[in-house]
Amino acid sequence: MSALNILNRPASAGCDRPVLRERGQHEVFCGLTGIVWLHRKIQDAFFLIVGSRTCAHLMQSAAGVMIFAEPRFATAIIEERDLAGLADMHDELDRVVTQLLERRPDIKLLFLVGSCPSEVIKLDLSRAAERLSQKTLPQTRILAYTGSGIETTFTQGEDSCLTSLVPTMPTTQDKNLLIAGTMADVVEDQFRALFAAIGITNIGFLPARHAGEMPAVGPNTQLLLAQPFLGETVKALEARGATRIDAPFPFGAEGSELWFRAAAKAFGIAQERVTPAIEAPRERARRAVARHRDTLDGKSIFFFPDSQLEIPLARFLSRELGMRPLEIGTPYLHRGILGADMDLLPDALVSEGQDVDRQLARCRAEKPDLTVCGLGLANPLEAEGLRTKWSIELVFSPVHGFEQAGDLAELFARPLERTSRLRV
Amino acid sequence: MQLTLWTYEGPPHVGAMRIVTAMRGMHYVLHAPQGDTYADLLFTMIERRSKRPPVTYTTFQARDLGGDTAELFQRAARDAYETFKPEAMIVGASCTGELIQDDPAGLATALNLPIPVIPLELPSYQKKENWGAAETFYRIVRALAQPKPPRSGTHPTCNILGPCALGFRHRDDLKEIKSLLSDLGIAINVVAPEGASPADISRLADADFNVVLYTEIAGPAAEFLKKQFGQNFSKTIPIGVNATREFIEEICALAGLAVPVEMDASRLPWYSRSVDSTYLTGKRVFIFGDATHALAMARVAREEIGFTVCGLGTYTREFAREVRAAAADLGVAPLISDDYLEIEKAIIAAQPELVLGTQMERHIAKRLGLPCAVISAPVHVQDFPARFSPVMGFEGANVLFDSLVHPLMMGLEEHLLGLFRDDFEFNDQAAPSHLGPSKQAQPETPPDFAGWTVEAEKELKKIPFFVRGKARRNTETFARERGIASISVETLYDAKAHFGR
Ligand code: SF4
Ligand code: SF4
Repeated sequence: MSALNILNRPASAGCDRPVLRERGQHEVFCGLTGIVWLHRKIQDAFFLIVGSRTCAHLMQSAAGVMIFAEPRFATAIIEERDLAGLADMHDELDRVVTQLLERRPDIKLLFLVGSCPSEVIKLDLSRAAERLSQKTLPQTRILAYTGSGIETTFTQGEDSCLTSLVPTMPTTQDKNLLIAGTMADVVEDQFRALFAAIGITNIGFLPARHAGEMPAVGPNTQLLLAQPFLGETVKALEARGATRIDAPFPFGAEGSELWFRAAAKAFGIAQERVTPAIEAPRERARRAVARHRDTLDGKSIFFFPDSQLEIPLARFLSRELGMRPLEIGTPYLHRGILGADMDLLPDALVSEGQDVDRQLARCRAEKPDLTVCGLGLANPLEAEGLRTKWSIELVFSPVHGFEQAGDLAELFARPLERTSRLRV
Repeated sequence: MQLTLWTYEGPPHVGAMRIVTAMRGMHYVLHAPQGDTYADLLFTMIERRSKRPPVTYTTFQARDLGGDTAELFQRAARDAYETFKPEAMIVGASCTGELIQDDPAGLATALNLPIPVIPLELPSYQKKENWGAAETFYRIVRALAQPKPPRSGTHPTCNILGPCALGFRHRDDLKEIKSLLSDLGIAINVVAPEGASPADISRLADADFNVVLYTEIAGPAAEFLKKQFGQNFSKTIPIGVNATREFIEEICALAGLAVPVEMDASRLPWYSRSVDSTYLTGKRVFIFGDATHALAMARVAREEIGFTVCGLGTYTREFAREVRAAAADLGVAPLISDDYLEIEKAIIAAQPELVLGTQMERHIAKRLGLPCAVISAPVHVQDFPARFSPVMGFEGANVLFDSLVHPLMMGLEEHLLGLFRDDFEFNDQAAPSHLGPSKQAQPETPPDFAGWTVEAEKELKKIPFFVRGKARRNTETFARERGIASISVETLYDAKAHFGR
């Protein structure tokens, strides 16, 4: 299917490409990890995980060196006496929340984040959030969502968080564009300017940078996803009246162009009007991407499942850089959301879920030129002679849109570059 | 429920991982959800191990909970045996696994695998990482160690117990202590857990005695070996010149050897006595870490460099008694805590000129603009240096001298700073020149005593910054004691005369 036709494909056209479903050991973070970027994005929010020492340790290991003056996340660690019923958990939670808000009166939005332990013992955090909110509003709103590893995989934590925000969004009857998915502030500003040039000015971003500024939604809202892992958020926004715009994700020059064009189409703006607005940045993006083509052209790539960005990234790398995807693993495949990207994907095995030992065996057999994987696998694969790219960096770096397309390509080129330089 | 920002120790199953990852031919089947696989990166990224930890996680999901998670566990254990063909296996649950009460021990036994299967009970809601490591090592030793065959050799032999994965400088300490023991003419039977296979563990009892390098890890196993096989074990931790000498004496006594007359091979004593080190004398240092390292560093700091220890603490509650005793001896209040904010508060109150701690104290020190050296786990990737850098033995003492002194100003540099404190490029906001040209923020202690006059405040700024905190404190105490409401330049110098060294 050609790229421009993608905008006219029937909405129902899912891909009937075969997908390998795996159900074994997963080697992926849980949804708590989303807090690492979400707490930087929403600047007056605090994330309180109700969980175990493991959850606290995960956060610290995933956040790595990011120890800020005082982080806006913490863990209420469940202890033996809570489990033994010696302490009433809800009283304990009240105590911890009070302690926290006394220390941080600047917090406007507090998320109680559920974990595996809190879910297994059926601690109802939504009820707790409602109860506590009555005491803390209007100063602080308290919401609850789950980031547990038994319910969510890595980026699904953001989906779960944004879903909890949807009921707090104001209602509007205006025709507006709602862009969902955390992106770097600088990228949002670029997008806002480009949309203005195209003629779309009523724009909101979810999540907003501050708790009190969440965008409005209503029957005339056009929803454009910036991240592919937001299935539940989409459902909640559709229930509020929003209509999702079907588009490939804005990675690379082509992906970004199609994304902007899809939005223009949904707003009834002629494509001729889009062209002059995006021409200059698109050419810059093409040039920036082309600089890495020599390094990446013809190279094979293998994706372990991680962020759900795998399919759009494989599309970008194959179409704009000539890479050859061998296997594209994704923790979860949302065909509705990823349909447009799937249609532009070359032949390659798409796998959903994971059985890490079997997948490692396939990877070793294929000997890809580049393997995209999590932090637990990267060094062992390097030691076996494979070149790797840590997938987590793709979530932590600004990679969306025209101006970042070159940086995105560079993230994949650098490991190969390193190999070609090293003589030791 | 305990509100926690940062943790010094992970959960106990991470301790178990530190043991199996260090060993060969072992596998760990862990009943845990997918997110718990993050722990792999501690080993592959932070420690840069080139192999995945030998751990299979069952990664059960919510939808499995209604069904048969027990069957899932058994399948995972069977597959792990088939795939990795380990010589022995440990099985257990993480915090969530513990809650679903599937009994990994019983389930694994029911599989009748042709290898020893060692069940672990690690109570995740009570215990922590180091305890988990010690318990796991003890369980493995207890399950596998065999009685002693009749002795054939004449040379004394020992085991080295304690080095494991993710330990602070374990790799290099081990190399240093091995060479020290071989210089003494003592053969090494087994090193464990690092590099040991289940077969190696089974012949632990062949040795005459045990050398325990990290009590937090190997204490319970060494006690067991003593009770079961009558093996004595060493108690001195050879960190610093004096402790290394005592260690050698203790080892020679255990081995029935004469203590060598010539054994001093460290530059530390001379470096500490050389004139440039005058500037180290009496520097206030705050020490926090695991008990083994905190205690050892306090001794080195006081006896071997001449620092003043102004704070001592540990997150290892299991050794609170020892740390309390050492703190009493030093005349400081002991800090037994794993509450990051409490430790930060204590550091601010102690006004140290140097912080020796974990990666957490490094961040605190960075924020406070204080020099810092890392002396204990938990640590980051940069604390696994490429070069050989033990902290144990005589070479370890050399390394300690360097790493404790390196973050500080050099002697003459400090004097020059005092003289030319208003120099535009050579002032107290500048980092030590041997640390490169970067500027380092040196935040002032905030004036919490309202009564400083502008002139006195200005005068205070002229006092070299490394004693300024002390001068401020002393002056305020002086003023308070005398009911002086407003501190003038006069008061400042009165106080200086009063407290003068
Ligand atoms: S790529 Fe397009 S044409 Fe091919 S199977 Fe998928 S939807 Fe059908
Ligand atoms: S997988 Fe569950 S228990 Fe583990 S860190 Fe994530 S939420 Fe906590």
